[in-house]
Amino acid sequence: MVEHAAVASDLPTKGRVLVVDDDASLAEMLTIVLRQEGFDGRVVTRGDLALDAFHEYRPDVVLLDLMLPGKDGIDVCREIRAESGVPIVMLTAKGDTVDVVVGLESGADDYVVKPFKPKELVARIRARVRRNDRASQESLSIGDLAIDVAGHSVVRDGEVINLTPLEFDLLVCLARKPWQVFTREVLLEQVWGYRHAADTRLVNVHVQRLRSKVEHDPENPEIVVTVRGVGYKAGTG
Amino acid sequence: MLRARAPRRLPGALRRGLTFWRRSILARVVASTVILTALVIAGVGWLLLQQTRDGLLDDRVAAVTREAADEVREANGRLVSAPGQDSDASEQRRDITDLIIGRGSTRGYGVVVAGPTGGGARIAEGGTESSADFSPSSVPLSLERHFERSGATSAWTFTTIARTDGDDTVVSHEPGIVVGSQVTLPSDGSTYNVYFLFPLKEQQDTIGLVTRTLLTAGVLMLLLVAGVSWLVTRQVVTPVRMARQVAERLAAGRLQERLRVTGEDDLARLATSFNQMASNLQRQIRQLEELSRVQRRFVSDVSHELRTPLTTVRMAGDVLHDARRDFDPVTARAAELLQGELDRFETLLVDLLEISRFDAGAAVLEADDVNLVDVAHRVVDTTRALAEQRNVRLEIEAPDHPCLAEADVRRVERVVRNLVTNAIDHAHADGERTTTARVLIRVAGDEQAAAIAVRDYGVGLAPGESAMVFNRFWRADPARARTSGGTGLGLSISMEDTHLHGGWLQAWGRPGEGSQFRLTLPRRVAGSLRQSPLPLVPDDAPEPVR
Repeated sequence: MVEHAAVASDLPTKGRVLVVDDDASLAEMLTIVLRQEGFDGRVVTRGDLALDAFHEYRPDVVLLDLMLPGKDGIDVCREIRAESGVPIVMLTAKGDTVDVVVGLESGADDYVVKPFKPKELVARIRARVRRNDRASQESLSIGDLAIDVAGHSVVRDGEVINLTPLEFDLLVCLARKPWQVFTREVLLEQVWGYRHAADTRLVNVHVQRLRSKVEHDPENPEIVVTVRGVGYKAGTG
Repeated sequence: MLRARAPRRLPGALRRGLTFWRRSILARVVASTVILTALVIAGVGWLLLQQTRDGLLDDRVAAVTREAADEVREANGRLVSAPGQDSDASEQRRDITDLIIGRGSTRGYGVVVAGPTGGGARIAEGGTESSADFSPSSVPLSLERHFERSGATSAWTFTTIARTDGDDTVVSHEPGIVVGSQVTLPSDGSTYNVYFLFPLKEQQDTIGLVTRTLLTAGVLMLLLVAGVSWLVTRQVVTPVRMARQVAERLAAGRLQERLRVTGEDDLARLATSFNQMASNLQRQIRQLEELSRVQRRFVSDVSHELRTPLTTVRMAGDVLHDARRDFDPVTARAAELLQGELDRFETLLVDLLEISRFDAGAAVLEADDVNLVDVAHRVVDTTRALAEQRNVRLEIEAPDHPCLAEADVRRVERVVRNLVTNAIDHAHADGERTTTARVLIRVAGDEQAAAIAVRDYGVGLAPGESAMVFNRFWRADPARARTSGGTGLGLSISMEDTHLHGGWLQAWGRPGEGSQFRLTLPRRVAGSLRQSPLPLVPDDAPEPVR
């Protein structure tokens, strides 16, 4: 059920996208649109084949439908996240709270609700891929964490903390301006690349996940501090 | 208003007491039982006392009249049998007086001897002889009058006996019986009145004892009745109170609550019926929940089924649209139309799914503090392009302080955006776009609520239309073309969103004067709204024509 949708091209692609969706027409349409935008795409139509395809294809972004035959999209998301920080964008037909939050909590970086506009999806993918080639020689610290921006690593007491690229970006964004309180809207713009106001639950869920990794006590956060009624800021302590 | 209330204000303790009285069946039952019992006991006691007293006095009266008669007969006998008719009258009188007084003092009664009769002399005027510690004034005047002439039969009456000490001063009073009789001295034929004073001390003591006994018995009886009624009422009231508590918990949504059933009496059967009712309710609610769950599931499935193909069509349309320059003009135009209608179809689908989600009760509120001033600015920013295209000027009138309400920012923004785009749509009277029209967005907030009102100066609303605008797929004029491609569900969704917050969404309008839509949200989600910080009828509206 794995097929190559990419045509041979001499031009280097902007990135490889793994499309996991059971709807063949939609999947094919997605690869057509992605190819037009310069991405290389591959389609998997079953959830239980997704992980194998992921290993073989090494995509830069995964587009993941939540309702899949073989294996639930949420489970696929967890499995991929367990071994890689690759950006995952959920394709969901349900914008309802529970589905979106469950998807985000299982490790997705972003989500797009069907029916989406192709340009919107491409913008999401670009935002997730672009951050990979933006690196500067910079060292930051927040709390007792040392952040090496170029090396993409976060160290506490000589111990490396594994963060997904998105969580890393979120932490760097806060750490660069420890004096500033970031509203959820500003974070959406700077970290996710949204130009318009979007779902602030994205920020909430990812801050929770980031906290569970970097805080000593996620119940009493000291590194990513909530400013009630405004947003978040880097902890000074 | 305060002044009108003041007289009704009661002291705290009294008010609490009254509240307790109104609320406690126990207190009322016990109190009324005690009062009724007290009345009955008082009546019975009074009757008993009366009977006892009458019996005692009747006995005593019979005894003392007999005794007095005996004394008089004996005295008369003594006088008749006295030796010689020549004896001195005063000596005879003294003898007989001493005799009677002597007998009286040994047998506990007093004697007053007055006379002779016919002289018109009163006892009070002196000239009487009496027992040592009895005052002659104990004899009432009425009895004295009875014996004003000789030959009167003996008579008795109740009186107050005055006791005297050695100096003839009155030291105490006590109830008693006075029996009067006449004695005729054989020596001079004159008649003397003899009054026997019998104290009723013993009888008084007996009555006192009986009274005390009755009182004690009555009080004990009252206490017993109060205790018994308290116990009995409590046995009934306690299950009722428990039933009330359980009913309250059931009403609060704890459907698994049940009453404990003990025994087989009426209360136990009440509890059983109550539990049955609760079980039936619980089952019905479960069924409804299940139904709602199925419906939600259906909506979700339909949503998925419709959205996926629509996404494919949408993308295909976009590809065609982007490539339309390569097509011949007819195909290119078809691609454009396809694109436009896809937008409309998509909006309609989204709106339909949204409203069916409301109908299924699946809409969830994600409440947080929202500043309506920010919301107004954001909405104006996003709708500015549309407004400029329509030649409409958007104005915001907001206070400097934030107008906060606990609300779901996504939904509130959707409501406000809807109201603003609606206002832009209808901002121009008669559909002319040559002059710049105004849309004014007012924001206000206070401790209880926050409100946004969107005012336009367009065609306005006909009478009765202000309620109908929120109906699904309602159109003011079916013939009028839709300009912004609204689905006809926008205001219905806004209304549902507002209801979800416990807020108000109201419309005002008058033909030719424009209209105003006002959204009012309570400061807290659970809070109740009493008034809006903004008037529904705008200040600049002309007075209604009557």
